[in-house]
Formats: sequence, structure tokens, C-alpha cells
Amino acid sequence: MPEQRVIVVGGGLAGLASAMKLSELGVKVDLFSLTPVKRSHSVCAQGGINSCNDQTRQLGDDEWKHFDDTVYGGDFLNHQPPVKEMAFWAPKIIELMDRLGVPFNRTGEGFIDRRRFGGTLYKRTAFAGATTGQQLLYALDEQVRRQEAAGNIRKFEFWDFLGPIQDETGRCRGIVAQDMVSMEIKSFAADAVVVGTGGCGLVYGRSTMSVFCTGSAASRCFQAGAKYANGEFIQVHPTAIPGSDKLRLMSESARGEGGRVWVPRKPHDARMPKDIPAGERYYFLEERYPEYGNLVPRDIATREIFDICVNDGLSIDEERMSVYLDLTHIPKAELDRKLGGILEIYEKFQGVDPRIEPMRIFPAVHYSMGGLWADYQKSADGGLEMGAPQNHMTNIEGLYAIGECDYHYHGANRLGANSLLSCIFTGLFTGPSIVAYMANQVSGAGDVTEAMKSAAQKKQQERHDHLLSNNSGGDENPYLIHQELGDIMTRVATVVRRNDQLSEAIGKVDDLHKRSMNVSLADTGNWSNQNVIFAKSLQDMFPIAKCILKGALQRDECRGAHFKPDFQKPSLTAEDPGERRRQAEVWLDEFDKNNEKYLKSTVADWNDGSQSPDLTYEDVDTGSIKPRPRLYGLVGADIIEDVFAERTREEDAPATV
Amino acid sequence: MIAFDASQKRPEFIKVRIRRQDGPGEKPYWELHQITYEPELNVISVLQRIASQATNSDGKKVAPVTWDCGCLEEVCGSCTMQINGRVRQSCSALVDRLLEDNEDELVLEPMSKFPVIRDLMVDRQRLFRALERVKAWVPVDSYYNLGPGERQLRDTQEQNYPLSQCMSCGCCVDACPQYKKIELKKEAGETDEAFEARKEAAYDESFVGPHAISQAMLFNNHPTGKALAGERLEALTGPGGIQACGNAQNCVAVCPKEIPLTTSIGRAGRAATMYKIKKFFDK
Ligand SMILES: Cc1cc2nc3c(=O)[nH]c(=O)nc-3n(C[C@H](O)[C@H](O)[C@H](O)COP(=O)(O)OP(=O)(O)OC[C@H]3O[C@@H](n4cnc5c(N)ncnc54)[C@H](O)[C@@H]3O)c2cc1C
Ligand code: SF4
Ligand code: SF4
Ligand code: FES
Repeated sequence: MPEQRVIVVGGGLAGLASAMKLSELGVKVDLFSLTPVKRSHSVCAQGGINSCNDQTRQLGDDEWKHFDDTVYGGDFLNHQPPVKEMAFWAPKIIELMDRLGVPFNRTGEGFIDRRRFGGTLYKRTAFAGATTGQQLLYALDEQVRRQEAAGNIRKFEFWDFLGPIQDETGRCRGIVAQDMVSMEIKSFAADAVVVGTGGCGLVYGRSTMSVFCTGSAASRCFQAGAKYANGEFIQVHPTAIPGSDKLRLMSESARGEGGRVWVPRKPHDARMPKDIPAGERYYFLEERYPEYGNLVPRDIATREIFDICVNDGLSIDEERMSVYLDLTHIPKAELDRKLGGILEIYEKFQGVDPRIEPMRIFPAVHYSMGGLWADYQKSADGGLEMGAPQNHMTNIEGLYAIGECDYHYHGANRLGANSLLSCIFTGLFTGPSIVAYMANQVSGAGDVTEAMKSAAQKKQQERHDHLLSNNSGGDENPYLIHQELGDIMTRVATVVRRNDQLSEAIGKVDDLHKRSMNVSLADTGNWSNQNVIFAKSLQDMFPIAKCILKGALQRDECRGAHFKPDFQKPSLTAEDPGERRRQAEVWLDEFDKNNEKYLKSTVADWNDGSQSPDLTYEDVDTGSIKPRPRLYGLVGADIIEDVFAERTREEDAPATV
Repeated sequence: MIAFDASQKRPEFIKVRIRRQDGPGEKPYWELHQITYEPELNVISVLQRIASQATNSDGKKVAPVTWDCGCLEEVCGSCTMQINGRVRQSCSALVDRLLEDNEDELVLEPMSKFPVIRDLMVDRQRLFRALERVKAWVPVDSYYNLGPGERQLRDTQEQNYPLSQCMSCGCCVDACPQYKKIELKKEAGETDEAFEARKEAAYDESFVGPHAISQAMLFNNHPTGKALAGERLEALTGPGGIQACGNAQNCVAVCPKEIPLTTSIGRAGRAATMYKIKKFFDK
């Protein structure tokens, strides 16, 4: 058999896990990244990675409950077979990362320590200080370097992926990429291609993400015919530090370790926070959600903070919206040990010590639950069939999507510390599937013709040259267009969404898209030209932005991170028990009706003619866990739950004849 | 809301002097830029402002400045440069602080020990190559599920974690007097591969640098990583190893992650001595 070669685009957790696993399986890997892989965005992840563990098990936890929390937290839009498989792999993944040398925090006895994250009642989250993503990434980076030294992996760092190479049947046979230093554009053949290129936060201008997270790679696959799913589900993290260049994340672990969120009861109280007595502080999350308190799921925390500032007018400052995130009641030594890394970030960038003074935070765009559509093979036990070639294959044959740029795992809202898990899981799990796919092919990398390669390369070269010629007289500034795009998206497609605003934004974004095709570059040279690389990624942000907007417009409901006040389910209003029960019945009838219509993945196809996405809807596999209402904080939740339980019992009862 | 003295007067404009270079081997030159003062800027946001205006302080159109950045929160290691003469991360270099030291202008230069690719962007391949030289990894059997790793005391974790935070930014080596710049030129007719190989050979003979010594100590302190302790010490006792360090301690003073580099170097020195003695008697 000739040597097999897989191209992995992306060297974050997903891409590195994939490259490492594939080389263990005897496959040669070419690894492409915009930056040295050790600097990939995964390095920013702070809080931790989830799995049930020996301790939580003895409190009643197990893999199934992790699965259930994930799906419930995601408002049932997650595909259940992959989530189930992931939850069952989770403890093993943490053990593997432990073996690879990740310095997880330890208990006094030397076991891996755990903390609690949002959306669960168990302490499932393993962590390495407050830089867990960095530590996980480094462990994988080291293994990849080891494989590189052994000749199994070749790295192409500072290379921009421009698009897949497809043969006449549409099958993916390699990629075209550009050296970001010499600006050379080249074709690379492969037996299969994996994209693990992360999220698309830059579509919103500023976010908690790295500058690499433009979504350009996913968009290039999308424009080449891959489907893009659930784009409208964008997670806005409740706690970030507002900044002019970036919205720096303050990890959920700050709340996991006991951080409390509050605002002064008196609007814009000018006193120093420490001078405001307890009675005059409004701990709104604790008051509104007694069970979960500060650890309600992200979408809810975000909405509450937004609501307190925007609707209740209780922002600390009138001008710059923010609330307090307070750690000052926790001993300094404990804070340093468990949260050192993130507290340093605050101190470094704000010049204030959060151990002494509460932090000021506000929500920020953080994560994309949606991404490239990909297939899977369900197993008999409701998980995934190990080694099935279609696991994580996009609708372009031979092109796989993993990590943040896939769409299966986090439904309408991701739980904290589940993403690092899904990234490593998908990287490892797809190894055998890709090997099986390649084994089924009669032709491979060696059979890719020069004609095919040069045609693909030529197309990209033309795009590049056209931009360098300033689009024959264009006059738009790409940086300003980016700013405008970010402003619109942040205004209409984050925490609160309204149809009139979304419709209007679609028109505006389309105009910007056209203008972006007409940019004039300040640098028209062919050496390390960051201008032209940015211009391309800017142009490629629009198809993703359009998926987000159109998906949001067409989804007339509230689900997880997608919140439309005009379609909110009402709380129960009746005082009389009989009437209240009747209202609960109606509520649940509506719930079922809504699910019939909207419990579906949004699937987009790029329409080159109209330069916009065409949307269809795909059923979600909910075979293992029946969708139930997500009732955090709703008035009348108890009675709705009772009625729901009764109905479920009736459905499950054997039919009496 | 940065806690600086609010009464202090802030300038209307900020002058930024940048040492530019159009490509490898080209002659560097200085260029002056000017942007409007805003509170809470850092050096990256200054460079972003300069990029979007695309003119120098005389209003002349110039090619945009090239630089490297990623996370913007001092954890990825991308954005290293010399700012007012000191090597550091530019994303965490707050302009208000810098103006306290030098209110006239900000001076930005590329790192001094790496070949300039363009402007403030340098080629740091050698940093990563050094990690390969000291085999900075745990030699696990496989990536299959084989149960948990060894239990580890909190003390060990607390010793290892700080070392493991090294983000390969290169501040330490840039400040190190023993770390000499290596810049090779591609020869006529030389293939890319041959040129790469020649570069790697040159890197492998030169000083590995404090970051790599520290990584070697990290992995020698790991229960499984230890298996390669001998090979790592072999690398550290060879040419360009630990003996090249003159103990000037510049490295530890500039490390943004405050990694105890001189402690690692001390440990490495002792371990290397033991290793050499043992090797001598084992002959
Ligand atoms: C601040 C922050 C904190 C977080 N904390 C947590 C946490 O505690 N727990 C958790 O579970 N999750 C967390 N997340 C989410 C998690 O970090 C990400 O979802 C995850 O790291 C994504 O990994 P990835 O491998 O999919 O992609 P990334 O790490 O983003 O890597 C993408 C890779 O693709 C490459 N790439 C992209 N485009 C191109 C292109 N055009 N050409 C070539 N290469 C390209 C990049 O160079 C990079 O190597 C956090 C996210 C943020 C923003
Ligand atoms: S202590 Fe050694 S490694 Fe550090 S700066 Fe001095 S000579 Fe360089
Ligand atoms: S040791 Fe410190 S200065 Fe040196 S590369 Fe690592 S983080 Fe940077
Ligand atoms: S941009 Fe990552 S360290 Fe500065």
C-alpha cells in the first residue's frame, strides 16, 4: 500500500489531537496553521475540562448524567449520539492528558482536583491552574513535536488555508494554501483532509477570541459546497473585561471558586464597592436562582447581567456597562493557587488587584456552537460507531470537520469546560474513521493530477492578484468595514434578537459584503503582506455572518443562546391551583408544538448566485433523552415539571388493552 | 478605569517611533507615526490604529507595519518585541504606563536575536527547534486508553506548573548575552529543504537557551518524562548546552511568566555534573 497522507488544517486542541492520533495509526500528516501551533487559540482556555470521576460517581454522578447535563444545557439541540460517546470517553481523555504530562491541580493526596462549573451540580471539572487550555495544548504540541522529530508529521506554520481541492466527483483531494511570509500559493494533495480551525469570533469585531478566529477556513469550505449548521447559536459569555482591542475573558471558574456577582441597589452608586454594605448590594443571580446561584448556565447568566444593566438601569457606571464579580471574600492564598492566571490577566490589563477590589465585567461573544455540518454513524447503544468512515465527514467526501468548527456537541448553548473535551475527543475519535475511509478508496494522494492541482492553485492566485491590484481601483478600507460588520453583528445578533433588527441587518451586511469586494490595500507587495491576508479573511467572514443572521431571523423561538423576547414562553400567572394547572397543561402543549417546528438543526448551503445561504432544517437525534422544558427561574416551573412528569409516565406506561 | 493618577495630564497625541525593515537582509530604518491619545491603549491597539490610518506622521502614505500577535492576553507568546529598549510582550504593554516612563514617544523595535522577516516580525523557529533538541515531551507508550498517570503530590504539581507555562515567547533568549543571533542566507541554487537542514544544523550547535533548559528540567521531574532524563542531560552537556550559560540572570528578569529560569539552570547544572561523573565511571 502506498504511504497515506492526511492534511490537518488547524493546530488547536482538535487539530493536534487528530495529527497525533493519526500518526500513531501509521498515517503521515501535514499540519497547517496560521500561527505556530503552540500559539493557537486553545491556549486561551482557562477554566477546565469536564468528566465524571471517582468522586462525583460516589455522589450519584455517571457518564449518563454528564451526557444529560450537556444535552439539557444545550436545550436539546445537540445531536445525542456524539454527545453520548463524548461523555463516555471523557474520563479516559482526562487520564490520557494526565499521562501526557498536563500538570492538573492536585488534591492533598495527589489525585486530580476538580471544581464545579456552570450547568451541573457536580464537581466534574479538572483544571491546571487557570490556564487549562494552555496546558492541554502544550501537552499535545509536545507529542506532535515528538512525532515530527520521528518524521511522521510535517508542519506548515504561518500558512493560510485557502480552500479544498475537489475532483470532478466533488471528493476532497487536498488543499490550496498560502505561505504567509513568501506569499507563495501552493496545492497539496492528500488522501483525506481534516479541518479543525476553531471559532469565528472576529465576525463580531471584538470577542474573547484570538485574532486568528476569523472563521475564514470554515467559510472557505462552506463556499466550496460544505454545509454549515446552527450558525445562529453564538455563545455570549457572561463575564468578560471590556477592552478596546479585545474583550478578555474572566473564566467561569471565578464563579466556580465562589465568585459572586452583584450590583449596588442604588443605580450608579459612586461609593467604592467595599464601602457598600451587604444590605445595599443586589446579588441578583443568587436571589433569582437559589439552586444554581452564580453558576446558572451561561446563556442565563448573560441575559440576567444584560437585563440588570440595560433594562433595570443598575449598571455600575452609567456610561460603560458593567457589574461586579467579587472574589474579595476568598483568602488570597487560595485565589492565587486556583485562579492565579486569570487574576493576573485582570491585574495586568486593568491595573487593579481583583483580590482586593471586585472586578467589573460585562458579557462578550465567546463561542460558536454551530459550524460545519458533519455526518456520523450511530451505534446500537446510541453512541457512535467506532471507525465508521462517515464520523465527522462533511458533505464533501473526504473532508472532515472537528473541534469548535463542527456543530454537533453543544446544541443551543455550550456548558463550560465541555469544549476542550469535544475538541480533544473529536480529534482522537476520528482517527480510525479516517483510516477506514482511506482504506476504502481506490485512488489517493498519489493519483491527484497536476492538472487538478494547478487549476485549484490558479483560482486562488487570481483572487490574490486581483486584490493586490486593488480590485482595479477599489477604495474601501478593510479595517473600517470590519469595524462596521462587528458593530452590526454585536448589536443585533448577540444576547437579544428581534426580527425587525435582523432583517435590517441582513441588508446592511450584504452591502458591506459587496463593499468588501472592493477594498483598496495599503500594501500591495508580495512579501509577508498581512493586509491582503486580512482582506481575504474579511471577505470570507460574510458568508458566516449571513448564516448567523438568517438563521436567527428564521428561528422564531427562544432556545439556549438564541433569545427572542417576542417569542418568549410566558410564566404562569394564575394563583388558583386548578387554573394554574390548566395553564401548565397549555404551556406544555405549546412546548411540544414549538419543538415539532424548531427542534431542528439549521443547515445552510451557500448560494453563489445570490451570495447568501439557503436554509433547510434537519431533525435532531433525541433518541436517548427526551426533550424536557428548560425552566431555570420561570414562575410556575414546579407545576410544569409535575405535569411533564405525569405525561412522561403515561407515555412510558405499557398500553393497557 | 485603570488606576492611574487621573489628575496627571495626558498628551493629545502619542508619537510612535518604529524600527522598520522591508525584508531579511535589508537595511533597517526608523519611521515616525502619530496617533490620537486614548486611555487604556496597549501597544497592539496602537499598532492597530497605525494600520488603519496607513500614513506616517508626515501624512505620507506608507506600507503598513508588520507585526505578530494572537491572544492579546499574554498567553500565546506571539507578540514579543522591544519596547522602549526592553524586550516584552506588546499586548500587555499598557501605553499609560509606558508614557509614565517616557512621555515623549514609544519606541518599537523587533527582537534582537532572531532574523527579521519584516518590520517587527521575526523568525523564531530556533526557539522551537531547541525544544526538540531537549526532547521536551513525555515518552508515553501510546495514545490508547491505559488508565491514569501516576499520582502526584501537590508539591510536585506546584513545582512543575510554573515551568509548564513557558509560552516560547523568546524574551529570555533575547535578553541573554550568551544567545547569539544566527541569520543564514539562502545560497544560490540551494533547495528549500537543504537550506532548512543547514539552518537546523546551525541552531543545533548554538546555545539552546534558558527556556529549553527549563523545559528539560520540567520533563526530568515528571514520573514518565524522567525516562529520557539521560538523553536530555546528554544534550545539555553537549555543545551549546548548559556550559554556555554565563549566569548573567538577564533571562529571569524579563520572563513575562516569571518562570524561575535561574533555578532551573542551577538544577540543570547540578544534574549535568552528576551525569558527567556517572558517565565517566560507567565507561
Ligand atoms: C478565552 C476563552 C476561554 C475558554 N475557556 C474554556 C474552558 O475553560 N473550557 C472549555 O472547554 N472551553 C473553553 N473555551 C473554548 C475553547 O477554548 C475553544 O472552543 C477550543 O479551544 C477550540 O479549539 P479548536 O482546536 O477547535 O480550535 P483553535 O484552538 O481555535 O485552533 C484553530 C486552529 O486553526 C488554525 N486556522 C484557523 N484558520 C486557519 C486558516 N485559514 N488556515 C490555516 N490554519 C487556520 C489556527 O491557526 C489554529 O491552529 C474558551 C474559549 C475562550 C475564547
Ligand atoms: S543566566 Fe544564562 S541563560 Fe540566563 S541570561 Fe544569563 S547567560 Fe543567558
Ligand atoms: S522562559 Fe519565559 S521568557 Fe523564556 S520563552 Fe518561556 S515564557 Fe518566554
Ligand atoms: S498576543 Fe499573545 S502574548 Fe501577546
